[in-house]
Amino acid sequence: FADSPGVRFSSCTPKVCIVGSGPAGFYTAQHLLKTHQNVHVDIYERLPVPFGLVRFGVAPDHPEVKNVINTFTQTAKHSRCRFYGNVNVGKDVSVGELKQAYHAVVLSYGAEGNRSMGVPGEGLAGVYSAKDFVGWYNGHPSCRELNPDLNCETAVILGQGNVALDVARVLLSPIDILKKTDITQPALEALVRSQIRRVLIVGRRGPVQVACTIKELREMVNLPGTKSEMVEADFDGVTEALKDLPRPRKRLTELLLKTALDTPGDKEQQRRHQASRTWGFRFFRSPSEVLADADGNKTVGIRLAVTRLEGSGEGARAVLTGEVEDVTCGLVISSIGYKSHPIDPSVPFDTRRAVIPNTMGRVKQATGLYCSGWLKTGPTGVIATTMNNSFDTARSLVEDMESEALDLSSVKTGSEVISALLEERGVKSVSFSDWEKIDSVEMSRGEASGKPREKILTVEEMIQVART
Amino acid sequence: LIPSFPQGSNNKVTVHFINRDGDKITAKGAPGDTLLDVVLNEDLDFDGFGACEGTLACSTCHLIFEDEVFKKLGPVTDEEMDMLDLAYGLTDTSRLGCQICLSKSLDGMVARVPESVTDIRQSKDESA
Ligand SMILES: Cc1cc2nc3c(=O)[nH]c(=O)nc-3n(C[C@H](O)[C@H](O)[C@H](O)COP(=O)(O)OP(=O)(O)OC[C@H]3O[C@@H](n4cnc5c(N)ncnc54)[C@H](O)[C@@H]3O)c2cc1C
Ligand code: FES
Repeated sequence: FADSPGVRFSSCTPKVCIVGSGPAGFYTAQHLLKTHQNVHVDIYERLPVPFGLVRFGVAPDHPEVKNVINTFTQTAKHSRCRFYGNVNVGKDVSVGELKQAYHAVVLSYGAEGNRSMGVPGEGLAGVYSAKDFVGWYNGHPSCRELNPDLNCETAVILGQGNVALDVARVLLSPIDILKKTDITQPALEALVRSQIRRVLIVGRRGPVQVACTIKELREMVNLPGTKSEMVEADFDGVTEALKDLPRPRKRLTELLLKTALDTPGDKEQQRRHQASRTWGFRFFRSPSEVLADADGNKTVGIRLAVTRLEGSGEGARAVLTGEVEDVTCGLVISSIGYKSHPIDPSVPFDTRRAVIPNTMGRVKQATGLYCSGWLKTGPTGVIATTMNNSFDTARSLVEDMESEALDLSSVKTGSEVISALLEERGVKSVSFSDWEKIDSVEMSRGEASGKPREKILTVEEMIQVART
Repeated sequence: LIPSFPQGSNNKVTVHFINRDGDKITAKGAPGDTLLDVVLNEDLDFDGFGACEGTLACSTCHLIFEDEVFKKLGPVTDEEMDMLDLAYGLTDTSRLGCQICLSKSLDGMVARVPESVTDIRQSKDESA
């Protein structure tokens, strides 16, 4: 009997697993399920709750951004998709074991570390990474005990990207706005008591290089109860540079210029007059040392090295002038970027760029291994960027299944063998319907206090609710 | 003779979409519907379209129009422009589909779904 082409392969169901359930994991799964008619996709997630930075990164006052969760939920409920939460890949199960159990493994575990400033005083009380600070107000179980001290007048944020602006906005927003969001209760209480009245957002380069996007800047400009405080001299020559800028950069720079230099109209004058809190960018400054109190424990200020630009436009480099400036502050938040870590020594990792080396999502020199999301591109870009690069990875994988670059001839046991392994090791995974229990408990707790949800803050309680 | 009453469908506005593969897909929507509504109601399969569900928080509903149609689309708010600035393959006649409402005068319009050009990656977050 001659095999008709295709029969041999279609008799074996392709099994793929994805590590991480952030946007990258879900968008990769979505595209795989859509473009391949019988592929099975299992998603392994370290925490008992899904969605990665959509839950733990995106600011509480940006609920619209979290609408992507609805599509992710549809994907999770697809008949050929399973979610296994509370499984820490690299610890509870190795990538090698997953490779044995599945035809392909997609790594999408994001960028959970942070880049350090590398300056003296970085370890003082009062210095936090934006990653931890954001994790704290968004209820990441690992940041629960941060309890940042907000008992000072001025906070300095290092870095001028969107995360820096999220942090500034949370620090300065009227409580009436925050209390209607899913910000955690301990963070809300701390912010009620907060003494912070002034937030400076510091960057090494100039207004034309600022790393935030215009939506986030406009939100700062319009934030009730606040006004901006900029340094006019920072904007020398910026007006002249405008005409050569591409549209997005041009509109962003125009809004900055307007905020910094325009004489406001009556209404805006009045608004500013009533403002009790201020924020401002500080350009051409690079952190050189966090300054300690007499006991050497607590942050009382930061020494900034003055820079100037070499070159122009996006590629301009900041070089030190030798001058320094001290700023008094009790809180320093470094927002200079997230960073991926290797989770398994068997997986190639580019330590310099902190990404997995890949071509179109295919991990270099590792057949059957793929990557997507921040782990693939580095920690930049919005959810839509992550979506596109995850679709690309899924496309590569489907191509490889169809071209037989990926060997689908052997039957794989998939979750069956992995579940047995996990059980043996005492790891109890959380299913998507378990998560839905957690979800509904969180929403009903939120309802009681007029919030969309009150997040559960510890892994233990999440699991306990999942088991009820 | 049975008089022919105007049917609901006669009030509908026809929209031709060009998808990422260059195929033309014709759909109809009611006046007042947004282009995102049309894509959803007609179950048009544009990968990743409308991620934030029309709340002006994502730019995945980016569409490109012909000059004459673009002029008829009505005013753009700053907030729409802000999100558009993050869209892949931004053009002078780009708009966000969730912000455009159908009207009879737009009948027969063509809206092109831009390709996702992944290597022109915007590094917009982070990095000081
Ligand atoms: C503070 C902040 C605010 C942001 N705000 C916005 C915004 O408003 N709008 C917008 O469009 N984009 C925003 N972004 C960007 C957006 O969050 C990212 O583009 C996106 O989340 C990246 O997706 P990812 O799946 O690669 O990573 P992640 O979202 O980080 O997902 C990774 C997942 O992997 C899991 N994981 C980690 N290690 C393991 C392991 N060993 N085993 C199993 N699972 C593991 C994690 O728990 C997590 O669930 C923001 C980012 C940050 C940091
Ligand atoms: S659907 Fe998100 S901006 Fe239109």
